[in-house]
Amino acid sequence: MDGANELLLWAKGDAFEWALGILIMGTVLRLIEIFSLRRKPDFSVAREHSPGSGWKTIISRSYRVNVSSPRAILTYLTGYTFHIGLLIIILFLTPHIEIWKSMTGFSWPGLATSFIDLIVVITMVALLVALVDRLTSAVKKQLTTVGDYFAWLVTFLPLLTGYFSYHHMWLPYTQMLALHILSVELLMVVLPFTKLIHSVTIGISRWYNGDQFARKGVAS
Amino acid sequence: MTASLEKGHQAFRAVMDAPIASFFSSCVHCGICADACLFHTETGDAKYTPIYKLEPLKRVWKQEFTLLGKLASMIGFYKPITDAELEDWSELVYDSCTLCGRCSMVCPVGNDITYMVRKMREGMAASGHAPAGVIGAVKRTINSGSPMEVTLKALLAQIKHQEDDTGLTIPIDQKGSDYMALLSSMEIINYPEYLGSLAKIFNKAGVSWTLSSDAFEATNAGIQIGASDIAREIVMRIVDAAEKLQVKNVISPECGHAFTALRWEGPNLIGRPYSFNVIHILELLDNLRADGKIKTKGGDSEPLTFHDPCQIVRRGGVVQQPRDLLNMVATDFREMTEHGTMNWCCGGGGGVSANERADELKLLAFKKKKAQIEELGVHKMVTACANCRIVMEGSLEHYNMDVEVVGLSEMVAEYLEE
Repeated sequence: MDGANELLLWAKGDAFEWALGILIMGTVLRLIEIFSLRRKPDFSVAREHSPGSGWKTIISRSYRVNVSSPRAILTYLTGYTFHIGLLIIILFLTPHIEIWKSMTGFSWPGLATSFIDLIVVITMVALLVALVDRLTSAVKKQLTTVGDYFAWLVTFLPLLTGYFSYHHMWLPYTQMLALHILSVELLMVVLPFTKLIHSVTIGISRWYNGDQFARKGVAS
Repeated sequence: MTASLEKGHQAFRAVMDAPIASFFSSCVHCGICADACLFHTETGDAKYTPIYKLEPLKRVWKQEFTLLGKLASMIGFYKPITDAELEDWSELVYDSCTLCGRCSMVCPVGNDITYMVRKMREGMAASGHAPAGVIGAVKRTINSGSPMEVTLKALLAQIKHQEDDTGLTIPIDQKGSDYMALLSSMEIINYPEYLGSLAKIFNKAGVSWTLSSDAFEATNAGIQIGASDIAREIVMRIVDAAEKLQVKNVISPECGHAFTALRWEGPNLIGRPYSFNVIHILELLDNLRADGKIKTKGGDSEPLTFHDPCQIVRRGGVVQQPRDLLNMVATDFREMTEHGTMNWCCGGGGGVSANERADELKLLAFKKKKAQIEELGVHKMVTACANCRIVMEGSLEHYNMDVEVVGLSEMVAEYLEE
């Protein structure tokens, strides 16, 4: 067996298991960090009727847009595009569904690979626009740390390597596929310890926000 | 109590809870909150981005409440907060934040940024980095019970005037009343007609009410500066008075942060539920309207709009009541484009109006309200917060705008059916 095949097997086997383990353990640790701080009991009397709740806000923040400056619209546009793109790619590319099936036993119909290929390009373009926006917006530049660029890179690499491997570009297919899987594993390993943890904690923060407003009778 | 950096640091640690940890964990540095903050939109200065105002608190969380942060600190990457840094941040946390809560409504990941700014002020005050103007208001409240040093004698004088104007008796220290009304110093001094309006409306509706000579001031400078111990003491004065008079309800006046202090923060400050209900005056008036106990005749036909006080509407849930009341007494009520829970602040809430250092910035921030008024083309604006009212009157004068500001309770009283 040549080196590329060995690398691919390792990426699909031990490396994946380690990455999955770190992803799960790291996420659990971050959740413990949050919940161990607890929340003091609220002795104020909550309103009986409220149009809002923590659960509603988890959903409503995904579609409710209350700012309209050109820069904010660009942020929303790129944000929606690459998040939806990533979800489609992760959930509906047939080889990805096979991985889900091997882990959970469940499978579902995939979308045409050529369509997913287009989604990959659109997602990468959205991420590139988001990067340029981050590099040029005064507000974003002020908030940005090295961690933001790192999080961007580990999100972009799986898309790029996936695109290259599908199109047999730059490196032989086996090597590029191995790199693709390893880039995904890098993403899995760093997710709990970077801002990418928002993929999990967003539900918690939105819930707290919705709950705090709903007590007062406001849908947030 | 003497302020020190160490006390500030300890206060930052003490306020850290699960919501704050989840908010900081979720922030993706998208900067959307900047577009929700009138201090950013009206100045264009990136430093007024709401989440940026929390950087020192965020660093304490990251370094001391996350595993990676602790590990990094152990190997020399710990960057302590300093007095110089907090002094720099004082302007961001006090001058350029009215705790209006608009940023908390738009953050895509759901961060309640206002909640965190309120908490961060605890550390800012404890470390001695609160603005002199707000410290002055706190000192006056501790010493005299009022941020404007309004004494019982001054109140009694205003009561006498209002009794003469209305021909009605304004009850004081009436044990067993259904409602105990509170006032803000600004109402007593600048808008005493509010008191006369209450007398007229309650007389007509047959409401059993009283004022208390022990606690008539509703505002709470302790909340604005971020000193829970002082805020607790101020709330406790009201609780003691209400319990002494055995009232069933306490009425929060036309003052935004007084409602937040009393209705939402108060029970948590004293560590127990109240033995009475807290109701905002607009809620009570709307209940009386719905029950048919107050009826009005005629109404104002001039085009007018309503300025939503942030703490009463967005942060207080009294959204529809002012609209129902206004529609009862006005025939040409026009909403601003962004109103209700997405209103824009007057620019002077959350202690900003007590902070002389922020005077210029406050006027810049008012440009948002100015644009809203100009878009509607009205010359009359109704509101339900004495602080909003005084801030807007000053700002309207500064910009030479011919717009009258009116209190909603007074307007209801004006059109009461005889």
